Amino acid sequence: MASPVIELDEVRKTYRTGAIEVEALRGVSLSIAQGEYVAVMGPSGSGKSTLMHILGCLDVPSSGQYQLAGEDVSAMDEIDLAEVRNRRIGFVFQQFNLLASMTAQRNVELPLSYAGVPRESRRQRARDALERVGLGDRVDHRPGELSGGQQQRVAVARALVTDPTLVLADEPTGNLDSAAAEDVLRLFGELHQQGCMVVLITHEAEVAARADRVIRIRDGAIAYDEVGVR
Amino acid sequence: MTWSDVFGNGWDAIRTHKLRSMLTSLGILIGIAAVVLTVGLGQGAQQKVAKQLAALGGNLLIVSPGSSTSGGVRGGFGSASTLTMADATALTSKTAAPDVSGVAPVLQSSQELDNGSTNWTTTVVGTTSSWLPVRGRTLESGRFINASDQASAAAVTVLASDTASELFGPIDPVGQTVTINSVPYEVVGVLTSAGSDSTSNLDDQAIVPFSTASQRIVGGTNRTSVQTIYVKASSPDRLSAAYQETNAILQYRHAITASSTTDFSITTQQSVIKTSSSVDNTLTTLLIGVAALSLIVGGIGVMNIMLVSVKERTREIGLRKALGGTPALIRRQFLSEASMLGLTGGLLGVAVGVGGALLLPHFISNPIAISVPWIAVAIAVAIAIGVGFGVYPAARAAKLSPIDALRSE
Repeated sequence: MASPVIELDEVRKTYRTGAIEVEALRGVSLSIAQGEYVAVMGPSGSGKSTLMHILGCLDVPSSGQYQLAGEDVSAMDEIDLAEVRNRRIGFVFQQFNLLASMTAQRNVELPLSYAGVPRESRRQRARDALERVGLGDRVDHRPGELSGGQQQRVAVARALVTDPTLVLADEPTGNLDSAAAEDVLRLFGELHQQGCMVVLITHEAEVAARADRVIRIRDGAIAYDEVGVR
Repeated sequence: MTWSDVFGNGWDAIRTHKLRSMLTSLGILIGIAAVVLTVGLGQGAQQKVAKQLAALGGNLLIVSPGSSTSGGVRGGFGSASTLTMADATALTSKTAAPDVSGVAPVLQSSQELDNGSTNWTTTVVGTTSSWLPVRGRTLESGRFINASDQASAAAVTVLASDTASELFGPIDPVGQTVTINSVPYEVVGVLTSAGSDSTSNLDDQAIVPFSTASQRIVGGTNRTSVQTIYVKASSPDRLSAAYQETNAILQYRHAITASSTTDFSITTQQSVIKTSSSVDNTLTTLLIGVAALSLIVGGIGVMNIMLVSVKERTREIGLRKALGGTPALIRRQFLSEASMLGLTGGLLGVAVGVGGALLLPHFISNPIAISVPWIAVAIAVAIAIGVGFGVYPAARAAKLSPIDALRSE
């Protein structure tokens, strides 16, 4: 196994809501290597969303260590985290989260504009990414003019346009019909084939079955971690 | 993220909500239009007064004989005798009074003018040919009195426009005859209308040669005495120099050694200008205050809409943060939107204000000046208001946690 790109060591996360402390993660240790395709499963309230937030650098652990590509992100401030998210992580959300006022191309350009990529190369890279997800002929369409499956493919293009270390997908097929869901899952398969690390959060067993490795979370801890379930 | 990206995004957001953005800008639009119009009104009035005073002798000294030092027993006619035609001539000396560009001695009296059965009582002014440039007047038709009229005490007159229309109606008076004291005078010219100053109607008078006035109309024992001498300084900023020179010449000629025995007085129209501009300043300040209030109300409108916008776009903010937007960039984006709302309101306000400044003078008597520096100030103020009232909403957007923001519906 290659040296891990993601390494979590005894990660705990505690939330405080009023007087009650909720321990969402109770010591999760996990390593994911370059090019792995991982599905994270678990019932709601299991802590899988919290794990996704920490993996995606949207939040920091209360205790424990998180190394992402050799960088300790567990103690970073908001500004450094934003920079790490921009450079390392491509997000795909259940709700697509495309900006309705912008064309597909401008949506895909967005993370590049935060990275300070010059306009010309930004445009070219966005077009290439849309080409990769099979939407080369839809660059000037706005999200409202695209089907749900197409919108999610634009979101995938936005996730991979920065060549991220990790593509993190949170229930990416949750809002899609089965044909569109199949399209998007095939796309993740292709990304994996091309050597991209994909972490997919889902509660559907058939979606998880597409991954090489399935991690089940229960009560804030890893209950099951199996490589090569297929 | 470059500034052009930031403003591009802001412009997108404004375009997406056209109606709302327009309504938000409306508050600032009204405020800025009010500023442009009130400043224009104030400046227009000031320019009008300044122009009027300049035309009627903004650089004018008025020399009058004093009566206080002559013992108090000499009144009326006698008090005029301290100034003479020789005094007026002395003031024209280029060596003693280099800053004086013109001198007009005046002898005036109220007389009845007759044209057949039509009569009109007006002021008959006896003066020399230099009266026209000294008082800053022009001729509408005919000619002014000249040196040969003066030498021969000719029976000629130049009528001011109101006097002319009272006596002759629509008929061209030039070449016609009016009778003063049973003597027929030929009308040789008509003055262009000049309006009124603070004390008299400048368009109601009849000008005759000085010699004619002193010998045929006013009469009296001293035929060279003068009631008033108008002295014109070569330019408004040479006025005080001209004042000194005039004062020195007259004191020398009248052999005055102590200021308490001075038998003449010199006044200027500066005091009039000062009074009128201070009144305008008070009015302008008041109107600017009203405009400032409406700008504050407009700014609160911007803040209101920006807060709604931040709330509505919570998910978008979460997404932008997830994609690498730092708090500083998110803040900048919302500040740019607010500043563009301000700018839009400012530009439209200037357009409405300038439009009003061009249209309104057709309906009201006041002139409205369009001041470019003030327009620039108004636009800067509009942007500043957008930014100022955008700070709080932008800070709220920057502070949102990306997780909570992405979760919101």
